[in-house]
This record gives sequence, C-alpha cells and structure tokens, in this order.
Amino acid sequence: MPQDTLKLPELSLILLIGSTGAGKSTFARRLFKPTEIVSSDACRGLVADDENDQSASKDAFELLHYLVAKRLKRGLLTVVDATNVQAEGRKPLVALARQYHVLPVAIVLDVPESVAQERNAQRPDRRHMGRHVIARHRQDLRRSLRSLKEEGFRHIHHLRNVGEIDAVQSITRDRLYNNRQEETGPFDIIGDVHGCYEELRALLEQLGYQVLEEPINDVRDLGVRVVAPVAVQAGASPPDPLSERGEGTPDMHSYAPVERIPSPLSERGPGGEAPARTTRKAVFLGDLVDRGPASPQVLRLVMSMVRDGIALCVPGNHDIKLLRHLNGKNVTVNHGLAETLTQLETEPEAFKSEVRRFLDGLVSHYVLDGGKLVVAHAGLPEEMQGRGSGAVRAFALFGESTGEIDEFGLPVRYEWAREYRGRAIVAFGHTPVPDAEWLNNTIDLDTGCVFGGRLTALRYPERELVAVPAAQVYCEPVRPLNYRALQAQAQHELTADNEQPTTTAQHEQDDLLDIRDVTGKQFIETRLMRGVTIREENAVAALEVMSRFALHPKWLLYLPPTMSPTETSALPDLLEHPAEAFDYYKRLGVERVVCEEKHMGSRVVVVLGRDEAAIQRRMGLDGEGIGKCYTRTGRNFFTDAALETAFLARLRDALNTAGFWEKFDTDWVCLDAELLPWSAKAQELVKNQYAAVAAAANAALPQVEAALTEAAARHLDGAEALLARTTARRHAATHYADAYRRYCWPVLSLDDLKLAPFHLLATEGRTYFDRDHAWHMETLRSLALADPGLLRATPYRVVPLQDPAEVEAAIQWWTDLTAAGGEGMVVKPYDFVPQDKGGLLQPALKCRGREYLRIIYGPDYLLPGNLDRLRQRNVKAKRNLALREFALGVEGLERFVARQPLRRVHQCVFGVLALESEAVDPRL
Amino acid sequence: MLLTISTTYQPATDLGYLLHKNPARLQSIEIAGGQAHIFYPEATTERCTAALLLDLDPVGLVRGKGGASGEGFALEQYVNDRPYVASSFLSAALSKAYGTAMNGTCKDKPDLPAQALPLAVKVAVVSAPGPDWPRRLFEPLGYEVDIETTPLDPTVPEWGDSRYYTLHLRHAGLRLQDVLTHLYVLLPVLDNDKHYYIGEHEAEKLLHRGGDWLPQHPERGFITRRYLRYLAAYVNPTLERLMEGDESSVDSASPRMEEHESSSVETTAAQVTDDAMRGLADSTLQPKLSLHDLRLQQVAHEIYQLAPKRVLDLGCGEGKLLRLLLRQPKIEYILGMDVSHQALARAAQRLHLDEMPPRQRTRIDLIQGSLLYRDERLAGFDVAALVEVIEHLDENRLAALEAVVFRQARPAHVFVTSPNADYNQLFEKLNAGEFRHDDHRFEWSRAEFAAWAAGVAERHGYQLRLESMGEEVEGVGAPSQMAVFGIETN
Repeated sequence: MPQDTLKLPELSLILLIGSTGAGKSTFARRLFKPTEIVSSDACRGLVADDENDQSASKDAFELLHYLVAKRLKRGLLTVVDATNVQAEGRKPLVALARQYHVLPVAIVLDVPESVAQERNAQRPDRRHMGRHVIARHRQDLRRSLRSLKEEGFRHIHHLRNVGEIDAVQSITRDRLYNNRQEETGPFDIIGDVHGCYEELRALLEQLGYQVLEEPINDVRDLGVRVVAPVAVQAGASPPDPLSERGEGTPDMHSYAPVERIPSPLSERGPGGEAPARTTRKAVFLGDLVDRGPASPQVLRLVMSMVRDGIALCVPGNHDIKLLRHLNGKNVTVNHGLAETLTQLETEPEAFKSEVRRFLDGLVSHYVLDGGKLVVAHAGLPEEMQGRGSGAVRAFALFGESTGEIDEFGLPVRYEWAREYRGRAIVAFGHTPVPDAEWLNNTIDLDTGCVFGGRLTALRYPERELVAVPAAQVYCEPVRPLNYRALQAQAQHELTADNEQPTTTAQHEQDDLLDIRDVTGKQFIETRLMRGVTIREENAVAALEVMSRFALHPKWLLYLPPTMSPTETSALPDLLEHPAEAFDYYKRLGVERVVCEEKHMGSRVVVVLGRDEAAIQRRMGLDGEGIGKCYTRTGRNFFTDAALETAFLARLRDALNTAGFWEKFDTDWVCLDAELLPWSAKAQELVKNQYAAVAAAANAALPQVEAALTEAAARHLDGAEALLARTTARRHAATHYADAYRRYCWPVLSLDDLKLAPFHLLATEGRTYFDRDHAWHMETLRSLALADPGLLRATPYRVVPLQDPAEVEAAIQWWTDLTAAGGEGMVVKPYDFVPQDKGGLLQPALKCRGREYLRIIYGPDYLLPGNLDRLRQRNVKAKRNLALREFALGVEGLERFVARQPLRRVHQCVFGVLALESEAVDPRL
Repeated sequence: MLLTISTTYQPATDLGYLLHKNPARLQSIEIAGGQAHIFYPEATTERCTAALLLDLDPVGLVRGKGGASGEGFALEQYVNDRPYVASSFLSAALSKAYGTAMNGTCKDKPDLPAQALPLAVKVAVVSAPGPDWPRRLFEPLGYEVDIETTPLDPTVPEWGDSRYYTLHLRHAGLRLQDVLTHLYVLLPVLDNDKHYYIGEHEAEKLLHRGGDWLPQHPERGFITRRYLRYLAAYVNPTLERLMEGDESSVDSASPRMEEHESSSVETTAAQVTDDAMRGLADSTLQPKLSLHDLRLQQVAHEIYQLAPKRVLDLGCGEGKLLRLLLRQPKIEYILGMDVSHQALARAAQRLHLDEMPPRQRTRIDLIQGSLLYRDERLAGFDVAALVEVIEHLDENRLAALEAVVFRQARPAHVFVTSPNADYNQLFEKLNAGEFRHDDHRFEWSRAEFAAWAAGVAERHGYQLRLESMGEEVEGVGAPSQMAVFGIETN
C-alpha cells in the first residue's frame, strides 16, 4: 500500500539512500526546499568543477559535512543527497546528528538495477560510468538495510520500488514534542515538590488556583480537580508570530488531555476550547516524588492538572527512577524512593498504571512562548533547547557533573547557568538553593521545600516569585541548603573581613565581563531599531577607552546619544536657526515640539542611590559610594573625591527633600543632565585651547595692524585692504574671547556647581521613555525646587508647529536667548521616542547661537568668505549616528531595568561608545 | 603672524636686493595653508624693514586644503592658534618667499650675501614652552634676545602668562642667510606642541638647513628631538575622538611609551626617536640603559630561568619585552597583548612582524585585549608578565585584573612590576603626592605592594616572592618592585 505522505520530525537530518540512478536528486527536489538539500555531486562540482570527478570525493565530503554541520547547528532540517549506501559513509552524518541533537532519518530509494542502469545511460555525464558501479551500490544497499536501525536511525522509510517512490506526494513535518511555542502562558512555574502536598496546595491557592476534591467513580478518576485563575491580560507577553508555527498539527503528547473540563469561572460553553488563552497555566519542573510525605497526592494533583490542560510537567530524575521501578526495572531504592514506594503501596493498581502512563509520556523539556521560555528539570544549555536526543534528555534530567565529589560526598555539578548566554529564559530545579535567584536569564526554582526550605513558583511573564515555607523538615539534606553562604562567611572570617556577603550570584557573575561580548563586529538587537551593527575598528577604540578611563561597568547603565544640529541656515550671518528644526519635524508629521534651553556645561549621566546599601543591592557595587556622575564616554566627571562626595550627598538630600524616592517608589535613580560650568571639567581645554587662541590673536594682530598702517602710509598697493581685514579679525577675536568667557567661572566649592537635569531616565523597575518631554521638564522642575542652589530647572516651551504665531514666538525666544549669550536651544519632538511609519525620528536637534558658534568654528568664522564655506556641511552621518546611539542607549537601560545580565547592558553602552569613535565632523 | 627683519646697514634698502623683493611693492604669494604677503613698512637708506605676513586660512586648514597629513593634529580644530603663531608654516613660507636669500645668492649684488649686517628681527608671535627657551635657542648663536609676554586672559589674572611671546632678536653683524636659516629651523622648534609637518621632506630640509651650526649648539639635543619626534608620532584618529580633548592621554596611550622616571624627560624622548636620530644627532644619544630597559632585562632573565614554552606579555606596549623574549629560543610561543591598538601597531613595526621568516613568525602573536575582561585566549600559558601595568588601572578595577589573570588565565608563573612610591622622594621633579606618569592611577609603597601581592597569592593558590628592581637606596628601596607568583602544586 504505497503511502502518499511521509512523516518526519520537523528537525531532522535526512539521508537519502540509494544507488546512483535511483532518483534521489529528483525525489529531493520534488519534496524539499532547494536550500534544504546538500548534495555530494554539487559539492564535488564546487571543489573540482566537475560533479562526477571521483578523485575530488574526499574534499567534496569534507565540504558536505561542513555544510550539514552549519545547518544543523542553526536548527534547520537538512537532506543529504548522496548515495549513502555504505555504513562508513553514514557514520559521520549520524555523528553530526548526535552532536547537534537532531534526529537522523533514513529514506531508502530501492529501485531495480535495470531502472538505474537505464537512467544513467540517458545522462550524458554518467554514460561512461561502469555498469558495475550500480551493481556494487545495490549490494551495499542490501547490506545497509539490515544495519540502519543499529546505526541509530530513529525513522527509516524504505520505498521498495519506483511506484512507492513516485507515490510520495508530500512530507509531513511533525513538530517535536518539546515544541510548545504557541503556549504563551501566563505561567506559574513550580520548583521541585518532592511529595510536599500541603505546601503545593497552599502555593497553588496562593497563586489563585482552586483545588477541589472530587469523588472517585472510575479507575481513571484522580479525586481532585483544579481550577486555574483567569489570566490578567495586562503584563502578559503579546502573542509572538512564531507561535503560530505548527498550529494544527496533532498533539503528540502521549499524556494528552483526555477531556477538557469547562472551567466554572470561564464563560465558555461545553466546547471549552483553548482555556490557555484566558487562564493561567502551571508548569511543574519535575521531581514530584520522593523524600516527602505525600508523593501519591502530589502525583494525583499534577496528573489531574496536566490532563485538564491547565498544567505542563517535565520529568525529574526522581520521577524517571520511579517510572523505571514501576516498569519492573531493577533500581536501587535510595534517595527517598523508599518513602514513595511505601506511600504507593496503599494505592490501587489502576492508579499506579495511570502514574506509569503519565510519567512515561513526559517530555524532557518544553520550549514555550515563541521560544522565549524554556523549562527543564536540571536546566538546558542553549544548543540543546528544542532539540531531541538522548543527550538532551539526559541533561534535562540530570544536568552535568564535573566528575568531582564535594566535601559532602555529592557530585560537583557543572554550573551551566554561569556560562549561559541564550536569549530564552530557562526555569529549572534539581539543585536545591536557599533562594531562587536570576543568573544570566536562568533561574533555579528548587528552594528545597522537602529539606525545610520553601516551595517556590515563578510567575511568568511577570517574573514575580511566590513561595510558601515548608511545614517541617521532611528530610535532612546531606549538604546544608545555604552551604555556599556558610562557606563564603567562613572565608570572610578567615580574611578578617566583617562585612556580610550580600551580593547576588548575578552581581558576582557580572564582576567579570567577557571580551567576546564587546570586541569584533557586533550586532545588537534593539527595540527601537531592528539591529545596530558595531564595526570592529570602532570596538577597538572603545575597548581602550572603556578599559583605561571608564568607571566600573556596573555604573554604566546608559550613555547619551550624540545630537545633530539643524540643517544650515541660509540667513545672513547665521549658520544655524530654529526654522530648520521646526521645518524638519513638521515635514515628518510631528505636531508639537518642546524647545529646551541648551546649557553650556558638560553632559553627565548621574546614577544615584538613596544610600550606599541601595547601590550595593541594585548595582552590586561595594564600597563605591552612593552614586556616580559620569561623562559621555563613561569617565568619572569628578577627579576630586571630596567634591564628588559632597556633590552626590547634596543631590541625594535634594531628592530626599523633594520626596522623590517615595513618589517614584525607588531607592535609585538615573538622570541625564548638564553640569555647569563648562570650565569645571574643561578647565585645561579652556586654558590650552580657547584662551590660548585669544591670547595669540590679541598679541599678534595689533602688531600686524601697526605694520600694515605703516605700509598703507607708504601707499603700497593692497595694504589698505589687508589692514581692514586685520582690524576685522582683531574685533572678531575680541567677540570670540567674550563668547568663551561666558561659560567659565571658577569652581572653588560645591556652590559653584550647577546641575541641570533634563531627562529622568530610570528608577527601580522602569524607564521613562514613554513619558513626553513636557512631563520630564515639569518633573525635574519640581525636583529643582528642592535645592535651587544646586539644581537648575531648564527653561522650555511647547510649540505647536501648526501655529505660525507660536513658531514665530519660539524663534524670537531663541533669538533673545542667544543674543544674551546663551548657547542656544534643543528642539525635541513632544514624545520621547518619536516615530513615524518610516521608523525612528531624530530624538532632538540642537540649534546653536551665533556668538556661541565662535568657539566651535573659530574667531573668524563670520568673516566674508568663511561663512559661505562653512555652510557646506552634511548632517546626515551625524543624524544616522544619533539614531543608532539613541536606540542603543534606550535598549541598554531597558535591559538594566529588566534585570538582564550586565553583559547585555554593557554591550549597548559599549556600542554607544564605539559609535562615538565614528569619523563624523566633531563640530556638528 | 608677522615676521619683520630690519637693518641699518647703509644703504638699508639693499635689504630689498638681498631678499629679492622690491621695497616699493606689496607682494602676495600662495603658500601651504593660505597666503604670505611681503611688504616694507619702512624703506629708507637709514633703515629698512621687510615684513612677512602669514595669512593662513583657518577654514581651509581644517577643510583639508592645507593638506594635513593625518587627523588629530591641532589643525583639526577651527579654534586654532595657527594663524597667529610662527610655526612650520612660517618655515615653508620663508623658503618660498626668501628662498634665494636663504641660499645666499643675490643676482644684482653678488657680494652682498657674504656681508655681515646689523639686523633686528621681530616675530609676533612665537609659541614657546617657557620664557627662557627663546634665549636658550637664540643666544648661543650670538643674538641679543628680548621677549614680550602676553597674559593668557587679561580678565583672569590668576591664569598668568600665555605661552605666546613677541620675540625680538638683534645681531650686530650676521649674514642675512644665517638669520633666515636660524629662524627657519628654530621657530618651529619653539612652537613644538602645535607643530605640524607638511611632509617628510620638510623634515629633511630642516635638518639640512641646520647642518652647519646645529652640531655646535648647546641645545642641539632638544632641537633635534623636537623635530624628529614628529617623524615617530602616530595619532590614532578614531581614538582621539574619544579622548574628550585630553591630549595628554593620547600621548600616553600606551603605558610604556613615556615614563618620566629616568633622570630627565629627555632620555626617554631619545628612546622614542632613536632610529630616526641616527646620523645627525648621534652625539645626543645617551648610551646608558634606562631604568625601564633594566627592568625588562631583569624580567626577561627571570623568565629565561624558568624555561617556559608559552609566555604572555600582558600590556606589551611597543614590544620591548617581546623583543627580548624572542631571543630566547626555548620559548615556543609568545602572545603580546595590549589595550592600545596603536601601541600594537608600533610593536608589530618594531618587531618587523611582516618580514619575519615563517617559522619565527609562528612564535609570536599580538592581540588587542583588556585585563578587565575575561579572555579565553589567555589560557594555557606557563608565564605571564605584567611589567608596569597595574598602576595604569584604577585601584577598584584591580579585582577584575586579578580574576582575569589569576583565576581565569592562571599561568604557572606571573611577574608583576610596579613603581616603588617610597623611592619617589629621590626624583627632584616630583612633588610629594605626584606620580611618575600622568596616567598612573596609584603608586604603591613597598608595604602596599607586598600586601596586595600577598592577598592575590593567598586567594588564588600562588607562592610569592618579592624582588626589588634597580639600585637600592638606603631607606627608600629601589625605584621599582616586582612580585613573582608561582602556582602551588599539590
């Protein structure tokens, strides 16, 4: 009975097996995507310019294996189009399948020798192939058929003749059991229960589940039914387009829900389809049984929930051992199995066989929520997620041990989570820990309930932890739950250090970043732009600056983006004018902008804690004070430690006075600000460059004038003109000196420093990129009132671009501001993150005043002939950079607020710094 | 920028013949970076003054018309003293405007160039490292020297004088040719900081101009070094953009580039330019080994005694230690790492990596890296050397360095050297509390260094030996100190 469809796992390595002339290539082309097929003939062609050059086989197969490995690594189904008739040829391919944890599949195309001979005869390139070749292939094939299973092929399709081959019209790609990407939760992920029924029940109730006892009428009844709480939609992760993949394929879960019981809380009819859309779902991380007082009850509860479709469960090593025992295998009864067996003695056989069926159907791990969440009992490294192999299953159940034994006689576990760099959150259990802690996007939820700890659940996507304490110690742990802390304490006593170690595992991990995360060409995914590429040469420059001058990376939550000026103005005597900024935004459909006075100081980012403990808790920085104030390149703004301490303390006091911490429910803050005066940081620059140029001009030009005056008196042709020009330059030098002096005043004490914050960037748990600039201005203005001596509110105005009078008034405002010596203003769209259908808009444009620009373009920039040339400048590169840096800055801070590992934050910060080394006209 | 040359030679207007410029006309010529105007404010038989006015185009200089050879020079900025200061632009203008005079030819009056004339020169303005330098450069050549100072900013008296001076030179009798040559060479030397080369040939020409008198000049070392410094100078433009205008940090980009601790700044400057100086300036080279060289030799010798196969030089700078290590044939592989890409490029050049024979070439690699980031490439070495490296890191980042080197890379032996702060009191130029190098973040006393090293050894299972480096002085120890770590085996 010829099949018209072949079923294959969606991720598999498919070997077509058949003699030359069997029709493998035709078969492959008919049923698979061209890119899925890796052909030995094509590889021969690539390395030898001749698809039939047998002398090139060695190189060709090296290439073929290389291509197959790359595809499998990336999780792509791959078809190997080669004869594959010899076991020794198949062996490396099966090894590759194992290495990348994909399933090897054999499709044997078994055609009679005569057909193959005839087909070859019709192909000019194969006409000269000896007849014996096919005969030998056929012989090898016969032998192979016997050994395929033994070689490790999990699926073998033997198509015995041309008819069977031609009958196949389609391939059905079966989803792997572990692929549950369409399940978007929300989930309550529960750590190792170990028979602690009362605690489990209490935890479920705390999570909002109702546990109802039910009469047992049938052997299949479990005597308990759970009603899941309705999910609150807000905060749930939006459905991912990826999750649609595989919809409609049959559920392969062998302990599939027998029936779906309509939830009493649900409005749905008896159909009750897809309760997952409206209710929460529990996820059990395995080790339901052993050691604890009530393993059967735990099983009952979990089995009931899984059957009703309100829970998922992955197996733990204890569960599997129990299964082996129930299956009659000879297992050592230790580590709490004995208790389980005793408790099961009184249970009916029907229940036990139900347990067996349940455990047998458990899938090693699940990939959930569009690939954003992975659950496995002992965790799972990235390269094993969503894959299927014995090694994957073993890792998910047991983890990996280093082969060493610790002082308690327990195997030392390899801490895969320390190395974990994957994007998916991994929730796991297996190793009891005193507290569930995030580490590199993973979390161990086994808080040792059975050892007298707690039973912990992680609410996903909320990332909240809910725990109930154990009613008692059911089992004395061989190794104390908090042995790490004890060890650390012991060490501290050894070094006579009395401080309590309070840093988290993540903070500890973050102490050392890896160079791979920052060097070489980097591609950084951001929320605001699809991806930002950092070129290697820019990373090279940034590595040096970051290493030599920057603060500890834990302080660097954010670096501000560069800002482009307006396009050049055509008005006489002006290089920049607000009209261009307004036009730019109006053209892009922005209705309102905010104009903020630009302070001429130094751009700083302030990270400040309510106290040192807050910094230690949140940043993991010990003994580094209550905050830092750093520059655009991550350097400490202050070189004088006493001044720094006084400044930060005074700022903290101002926030205390303003009630800031309570108002924003936080104990730290990140501010974007300008610190004045300019000379506070740039004193050397002012002296060596700005003042020096004025001094040189004032010393030289009068003498030039004197000489030219004499020459003019001698009526030398051209002397008058030169004299006039020199006099103009002398005046220009005077104006220039006036310009730089305006931004300098001596900093003798704290009272001479002024901080003008203009963005409230982040506090605990949130950023403020969703607030408009008027909100930022008002919020920070009220903050400034708390200490007007230190803090300066930024004058600003909101300008509706459709209103010509308002626009005119704003231009006048700028004109007055700059005429009085102000640097200029910054024009920002009303929204912090301005977007139109084309993507991100410039987050801000600066518009600098005529006098100020003297210190940018030099004393003579307004002289005839100079301004016209200076008008030719291109802001495009600068704007492109501004967008990328803005996207990176926002991304980094959002990652920090979401408590991602430091390397993910640092990557963005480093990226901004690297982009800043791009060759862009520094005067823009 | 104005240069006037006056004479009272009779008839004074002969100056016009000598300079080959007509006193009755104002002439303008194109020069690199702008224009030069030559005119005579006075031209009588009693007294004649020729003025050379440099009219540099500030916009053109930045926009590339002036032909800057690389970015990162003073010219990148529009806010620039070039238009007002006597610099190499003046030298270029001199050779173009007064070329015949400088070569000592005078078509109309052939005997005139050989004539010693009473001459007065005014330069408005020169930029000089200090008020004594114009004298030190010009007085040995027989000039009477006067300078007028200029305040940096008259509204800020506490800032004092600027580095700009109006320079007056008088000589009772000298050939005009000599005066021009002296100005040609010495004015850019004074300028130094903002010096800018139009091309390599320019440097050769300058040396050629000084050939006759420079070898006898007491400041010949200073003069040649200041010139040749630029031949060795590299500026990494991408890096400079990140430096927030902090030029001193760019100069000291590599920890080992310039150390102030030898007896004078000059000896180190001499090291920088050693190759370029060979020939003309041989006499100025100091044969004596610097402290830094001694330190490297001591480390190399210690390494030799361990007979390691794989050696790491962490913070290898320009590769001085690498060069010594390459001479040890038993070392199979050397990895030099530095955070400065610029230093590595120079190291590659100095070690002639490009021309190395293939087998030798496989013995060494240079990589950019940072001691603050975990780096798998550093694993599997027998020895790591950190010569004068730790003091370039902020103290609170040493924990990261410790983890990278002693926990992750874990070589069997580690050599760490650092200045001995106890010794600093012997450096005359150092005030109390000052460090030997701008980029040093700390300098430790012997006790502080020992405490740190002992902690590291204890935490990571190494045995520790402390050594002094250089000649010991009673009470303060040697200039440098070294910690030798050896992994404990059991």
